[in-house]
Amino acid sequence: MAIPQLLVHDHTDNVGVVVVEDLAAGTEMLGVVTHDNSDFKLTANADIPIGHKVALKPLKAGDTVIKYGEDIGKMVGDANVGDHVHTHNCKTKRW
Amino acid sequence: MALDFSNQTVRAWRRENGRVGVRNHVLILPVDDISNAACEAVANNVKGTMALPHAYGRLQFGEDLDLHFRTIIGTGANPNVAAVVVIGIEPEWTKIIVDGIAKTGKPVEGFSIEQNGDFETIRRAGWKAKEFVHWATELQKEDCGLSELWVSTKCGESDTTTGLSSCPTVGNMYDKLLPHGLYGCFGETSEITGAEHICEKRAANPEAAAKFKQIWQAYSDDVIFAHQTDDLSDSQPTKGNILGGLTTIEEKALGNLEKIGRTSQYIDAMGPAETPSKGPGLYFMDSSSAAAECVTLMAAGGYVIHTFPTGQGNVVGNPIVPVIKISGNPRTLRTMAEHIDVDVTGVLTREMTIDEAGDSLIEMIRRTANGRATAAEALGHREFSMTKLYRSA
Repeated sequence: MAIPQLLVHDHTDNVGVVVVEDLAAGTEMLGVVTHDNSDFKLTANADIPIGHKVALKPLKAGDTVIKYGEDIGKMVGDANVGDHVHTHNCKTKRW
Repeated sequence: MALDFSNQTVRAWRRENGRVGVRNHVLILPVDDISNAACEAVANNVKGTMALPHAYGRLQFGEDLDLHFRTIIGTGANPNVAAVVVIGIEPEWTKIIVDGIAKTGKPVEGFSIEQNGDFETIRRAGWKAKEFVHWATELQKEDCGLSELWVSTKCGESDTTTGLSSCPTVGNMYDKLLPHGLYGCFGETSEITGAEHICEKRAANPEAAAKFKQIWQAYSDDVIFAHQTDDLSDSQPTKGNILGGLTTIEEKALGNLEKIGRTSQYIDAMGPAETPSKGPGLYFMDSSSAAAECVTLMAAGGYVIHTFPTGQGNVVGNPIVPVIKISGNPRTLRTMAEHIDVDVTGVLTREMTIDEAGDSLIEMIRRTANGRATAAEALGHREFSMTKLYRSA
């Protein structure tokens, strides 16, 4: 299998993780869902650092962010498919 | 074909109390901060010994003093330690430490500085330390079961790659070795926040679940909410975590919990530096998420090898316990490879399965138990950090 640029824990997740360095905007990424090794393609809309998250579905402010099949927080801004998701648009619900 | 771990052996030291140690240290252990200088002088005079200077031990009281004593006694009692010289400013607390360590049956002797001064204490303690070195260096290793080891875990400088690769590698190791009699330990009370409901469900019995919940809730109420200025006082996730792509405490906690695998359940939840009392299996220990403090507490609990997943690259070590670093972050392997013992970057490139990564960690545990120096040992990382609960009198 080709080396993926994007890994997703679970099919219910709406974000994935960039796992290569120097990912440039416009790259058509090979994504793999680690749960069953199924793959898909998705284009990055920004330069996204290794380890950082990408929206797999359109996300609106207030939406719950799902990773590991679990609630990891909420969106505080909007993100299109392929956008960077991090502290600028996502936050814990706890505080 | 799945490997059989039931009868694998390592060459290690069997101590007087039956426990298996993978290092053979002679410690010069200060009871208190003002005895550090004498301990360091003895360790300088007598080669093959190691002093463990630390910052506390005077005018502590109550639960905080209990934890101090438990940590110092537990460190001396650890099976990686052959014999101990204890030095304190006065005889009474020194005797408490000596008596605590002596319960293991290992050689231990205490010296106090008051009415002797540093010179005379160093002279007397030096003679005893030299005697212990001669004795310890003649102890022979023997065949011991791999699953007789006590292996703890805590991750550090986590990022999203730890949850994908290095933490599930540790979890896979636990799933494979715990059924054969291994003692395991995870902790990091504050870092369970966000996944406490999942952690509660991983208890093997209702008592363990209730104890975990009580420990977690007490920390949350007494520490976080009592002292917070912002989101976990701006430190969870840490700045390093955020640089690595972790956004929320929930995301960090879920990655953290990958360390206890798919099938493993904890049989008890313990206080900091407590020794497991319910037989083989996995234990939760109430502990700080700060790397050196956590590893110090688990070492004091009796764990002899520590497995440490890192994403962005934590460099922590421990003076008496070999700390095995595991990373799957290719940038960290490129920029700070000297700190990493087990490279699991192949999990991210899909060239290595979690099952294979777990096997490679078990192989590194076996090699480390047999004597291979870890990266942290080779680089001289000997962080010995006491956990302090509140201000001294």
